[in-house]
Amino acid sequence: MSDYPQSYDVIVIGAGSVGTPAALSLAQAGLKVLVLDAMPSAGQGSNKHAIGGIRATHSDPAKIRLCLRSIEIFSTWKEVYGDDIEWYKGGYVFVAYREQEEQTLKTLLQKQQAYGLNISWLDSGDLRKLIPHLNPEGLIGGTYSPNDGSASPLLSIHAFYKQARNYGAEFHFNEPVTEIIVRSGKIQGVKTSKGMYSTPVVIHASGAWAKSLMNPIGIEIPVQPDSHEAAITEPVQRMFDPMIVDIRPAQGSANFYFYQHKTGQILFCITPSPNIWGFDIRETSAFLPMVSKRMVEVMPSLRHIRIRRTWRGLYPMTPDGFPIVGWSREAEGLLLAVGMCGQGYMLGPGLGELLTRMVTNTLSPGDEEILSILSPYREFVGQEKLK
Amino acid sequence: MMNSHRIEKHPILSIPERKPISIFWEGKPLSAFEGETISAALIANGIHVFGYHPRDHSPQGIFCANGQCSQCMVLADERPVKACMTLVKPNMQITPLDGLPSLPVETHPPEVKDIPQLQVPVLIIGGGPAGLSAAIELGKHGIETLLIDDKHRLGGKLVLQTHRFFGSTQAVYAGTRGIDIASRLEKELSQFRNVTVWLESTALAVFSDRNVGIWKKGTEYVLVRPDVLLVATGAREKFLAFPGNTLPGVYGAGAFQTLVNRDLVRPAERLFIVGGGNVGLIAGYHALQAGIAVVGLAEAMPEVGGYKVHRDKLVRMGVPIYTSHTILSANGDQKVESVTIAQINEKFQPIPGTEKTFSCDSVLIAVGLDPVNEFYVKAREFGMKAFVAGDAEEIAEASAAIYSGKIAGLTILNEINPSSEPIPQTWFQAAEILKSRPGKNYPETVPDISEGVIPIIHCTQEIPCNPCSTLCSKGLIFIPQEDIRNIPVFMGDSHSCAFCLRCVAGCPGLAITLVDYRADPENPRVAIPYEFHRETLHKGDTVILMSTEGEELGTSVVQNIVGIKDNDRTLVVLVQAPREIAPEVAGIRIQPEEVSRAETQYTPTVQDKTIVCRCERVSAGEIRALIREGYRDLNEIKAITRAGMGACGSKTCSSLILRIFREEGIPLNEVTPSSKRPLFVETPLGIFAGIHVDEKQEEKHE
Repeated sequence: MSDYPQSYDVIVIGAGSVGTPAALSLAQAGLKVLVLDAMPSAGQGSNKHAIGGIRATHSDPAKIRLCLRSIEIFSTWKEVYGDDIEWYKGGYVFVAYREQEEQTLKTLLQKQQAYGLNISWLDSGDLRKLIPHLNPEGLIGGTYSPNDGSASPLLSIHAFYKQARNYGAEFHFNEPVTEIIVRSGKIQGVKTSKGMYSTPVVIHASGAWAKSLMNPIGIEIPVQPDSHEAAITEPVQRMFDPMIVDIRPAQGSANFYFYQHKTGQILFCITPSPNIWGFDIRETSAFLPMVSKRMVEVMPSLRHIRIRRTWRGLYPMTPDGFPIVGWSREAEGLLLAVGMCGQGYMLGPGLGELLTRMVTNTLSPGDEEILSILSPYREFVGQEKLK
Repeated sequence: MMNSHRIEKHPILSIPERKPISIFWEGKPLSAFEGETISAALIANGIHVFGYHPRDHSPQGIFCANGQCSQCMVLADERPVKACMTLVKPNMQITPLDGLPSLPVETHPPEVKDIPQLQVPVLIIGGGPAGLSAAIELGKHGIETLLIDDKHRLGGKLVLQTHRFFGSTQAVYAGTRGIDIASRLEKELSQFRNVTVWLESTALAVFSDRNVGIWKKGTEYVLVRPDVLLVATGAREKFLAFPGNTLPGVYGAGAFQTLVNRDLVRPAERLFIVGGGNVGLIAGYHALQAGIAVVGLAEAMPEVGGYKVHRDKLVRMGVPIYTSHTILSANGDQKVESVTIAQINEKFQPIPGTEKTFSCDSVLIAVGLDPVNEFYVKAREFGMKAFVAGDAEEIAEASAAIYSGKIAGLTILNEINPSSEPIPQTWFQAAEILKSRPGKNYPETVPDISEGVIPIIHCTQEIPCNPCSTLCSKGLIFIPQEDIRNIPVFMGDSHSCAFCLRCVAGCPGLAITLVDYRADPENPRVAIPYEFHRETLHKGDTVILMSTEGEELGTSVVQNIVGIKDNDRTLVVLVQAPREIAPEVAGIRIQPEEVSRAETQYTPTVQDKTIVCRCERVSAGEIRALIREGYRDLNEIKAITRAGMGACGSKTCSSLILRIFREEGIPLNEVTPSSKRPLFVETPLGIFAGIHVDEKQEEKHE
């Protein structure tokens, strides 16, 4: 047995929404990959708390492009790899019940169409034809993007994990990284609870937990988690296709959204306002009354559906609501892919391929534009409209 | 055939007058009773398949009868409802739920209101023996207490128990029937105005902000914030994985007792029982009392785990008990038609060639209980002042739960008011004794006297029980007060017994007979306890006399059947028997031998299609394959297979999956347990929105 640590082309920290599909893409590119995770299996951090919405309907070209690629991967997964990840092309609808939201959405719509998204404005009547269960009272209309959809985060991450291993990626679970080793400004490897591994490239994809590993090497990344609660109902026959997003603020909450999964369950989530910062993911009594009231207002039929389970998860937030993706200037070989702001699941597959192109130095001009928007060294002054 | 599956006579339960109404099943009229559940009405009409699973179209029927799973879903007036929790209404149109239900389009937003919040000094979840006893202690001491229970009456599982209880007469109503203990405790509690009771109210979750979410009276959601929480939520039954285990007709003892003793319907004509603990043994006795044939009982261990007197009752009534046997499969297409069992070796593996198949229409699984302690675990995790009592703390008899509840009540009192009276040490001792498992068994001794009157005590195992010692009008039966687990001893001689029959009728184990040699020493009279309906046996009938171990001793003719003054519903049958066998007579055969005959050929078990997660139809094979691939995180196994993500919230499958890990030789410390999340039962979204419920529309949660 050698005393030298095992050596890898790339070490990914975090087997979550970003790290797992990234490992697959890196392994497919022929790289020797090790994924390290503190938890017992893939997706046990925040991935399993995602409700499964996948949209390219964002307000900036970076996320739009990454998610368009993600949608391609999700929607063709079964054809390509065989596993059913419960992709359902139901589209997304952002509803407007007030002029403010109509304005916001219509302004964004022009941008979104300019970036090539398949999205249009539906008036109240067309929207009700699309979703007969909607409350018509006061409904002005909404945007509809039919190519968006949903899938099961639980099944997807397992599928990514399985394929990544098929392509030779290694995963070590229950093995937290304790130190990132940097010598003369260069990544040398990582130390974990169980040993040491050498590598020239570390992809930092540990989501809500991103900050603590960076502080010891003098890197400040502005990510802090806030928590959102979600729930799932019993399955019922298909009621409606799109994810419905209501961005109106209300007492105690900002937006909320819900959709019907491929297998019939309704999943829903609400954004608390003000944010609830911190790592606490224990269930609260405030969530169900708050969200249920808003849901029956938008879709009265839902009063009869039975809620089965609730949970709470973390959104690794950045100051402007956009992810942080890019090479570190402080440590050569350290690639940051953190702060997905609750969209890691939908960004993951597209982002994983971008990370591979960064590592293999095969970036396209489009990639450069994405990276400039998501740069760790941007000003963080803007504010994402469709969080 | 209408209503041929109703219990119209019962030796213990009175059959209430109820108003008949008409309902419709698949468009055909059925008769039902006002106030009964849909499941009771369907079973009363011989309907057992309530729907088909959306995944694989497998037939679904009653399983938990307790609102915990969703196996019994039907469409009632086009709404999907749990048949076991929803009451029938005149002219209700009921159809099987085939696949997923659909929600009708409703576009008018309902009126919503804020969820009421309430602060209480003490909240008790569960109004069974433990919760009731704790509430009574708190009631006595003037502590403001809220007691909630999900059923329509207090008493928990006591209300299903028609038999006399064991335990100590002085301490816990031993010798009284469970149903009557429930009424007594309920009555005692009702005198305390500081105790508020919410029935039909289900705790849904304990939250990290220390609120308890309660679905109150089936109509509204309330958040209750207690200073002190007592969790007295009882137990849930363990289940078994075997092929055919989800066929309609396979269910637990709790469901069976609910259908028979609460709903007064006969879900089975021929029942086979798996598991020889007290629960299985008692359920067998309840079945016989309800006129249901008990084909047999299989127990994996070499001896049954329950009290010997419960076992003896069954065997001498003619129910064969197969120890060191396991169930191989329940067989049938749409519902259970037979069961196949086999003998097992010391490694619990079936021995080829020992398979036997019995025709039956129901298989009752009674293989043990697990505490329902999730609220307690959460409350402690969230730093609440929380206590646990009864089966939720430790599985034991109801008498032990009463003591555990009393102790919890005073513990809470001391928590609130540290200067209050200390808990008597004797309570702890009593609780320990009542919790004790059956102890040593002694050989049955037959006194060497054949004159006068001799009581024969067929109770030979150390169990915590003493009613006989207080029943003897002359005080001749002795059990030491300080440890009631001792075997009763008759202290008199052949002339001291007055033949008052009180011990015969009052022994909860029906384990005392009297042999009276006075009139005819060669053919003494034998007094035998009898707890069946009076009309089932008549003077002059020929009966088969049985020994304690279930051997036929001979036949005799019934001389008389008498009731005892002050005794409650147990009869005494008087027969004459030759002196050689008279002291050995412990009972009479109730069930003819042919009931228990095995089929000439056994039905072989089909391939490994055993379901472990019945809600999501996940097989043991799927789980086993993942374990063999190296999966150890239950959350991951759940994510891949959906096992545990169904309607019951992994209440049934989690122990079955752990069992597969054990079978595969994986130490459980290598296994990551799955996260537990609210809600305790599925609940309509509108309840959380604060929508006022139109009672005519909503399912009644009882």
